[in-house]
Amino acid sequence: MTGPDVVFVLLGIVTIGSGVLVVTTRQLVHAALWLVVSFGALAAGYLVLTAEFVAWVQVLIYVGAVVVLLLFGIMLTRAPIGRAADLDSGNRWAALAVAVATGALLVTVVVIGFHGVRMELCDPGSSPCEASAGRAGVLGSSIFRTWVLPFEVLSVLLLAALIGAIVLSRGNGREAVE
Amino acid sequence: MTLHLVYPVVVAALLFAVGVYGVLARRNAILVLMSVELMLNAVNLNLVAFDISLRDALHGGQVLTLFTIVIAAAEVGLGLAIVLLAYRNRQSIDIDALRTLGEETELGEEAVK
Repeated sequence: MTGPDVVFVLLGIVTIGSGVLVVTTRQLVHAALWLVVSFGALAAGYLVLTAEFVAWVQVLIYVGAVVVLLLFGIMLTRAPIGRAADLDSGNRWAALAVAVATGALLVTVVVIGFHGVRMELCDPGSSPCEASAGRAGVLGSSIFRTWVLPFEVLSVLLLAALIGAIVLSRGNGREAVE
Repeated sequence: MTLHLVYPVVVAALLFAVGVYGVLARRNAILVLMSVELMLNAVNLNLVAFDISLRDALHGGQVLTLFTIVIAAAEVGLGLAIVLLAYRNRQSIDIDALRTLGEETELGEEAVK
């Protein structure tokens, strides 16, 4: 095992462990906080994979925006702050069976398919593979040259989602008058 | 420096399985949204790992990851608006209880309990 192997496996254990805590904890707020740990470890994993810009975007949008939004949702639905007994539905064991089957199938397939494949990680300083490091400049020129049409479509989608969220949460006019 | 491709891919597969369990087993709508986020992150990890591994000249994997992150943010915003609307109308975000649009089956309500 090389250095990146060890670091990535440790980060992967943290990611999956806190992910399991997200789906099993009995306290709603703790689930959101474990989600922060999971996303943070995943961002560090992106750094190990030399995808710097994706890592920082992950920290900014997921840890910064999405988790705060989820916490807002928890607070606005007046969730119990302490332990809540009824967070799991009745079909928990069926769900566990499906999840274990999914995980076993996926892991078997990818291990058979990709074991022994090594990927070369670029040293950001070295010149031959400088362009393939996931720096903001490289990714930015790629987005605004090759992928500019999907980028613009995405901005329309964001606008539609924004308007949709406003319309949904505004309610109909009568409630606003009351 | 090298890294086995199988490590990120296995981590992504396990994270996806954890997300599947959360979506199926939780009954609080906000916890279900969190589990969906876990599944989306597993897919993002796959995209980044294969982008780096295959040395994509156009950086399609990483750019698509950025797009997925933005779509996930929009999805959470809309999802929370819907959840808050359901809470305002019914004082509950228990997914098992939101059965107004469900079909009447012979199994009925007892099977859910």
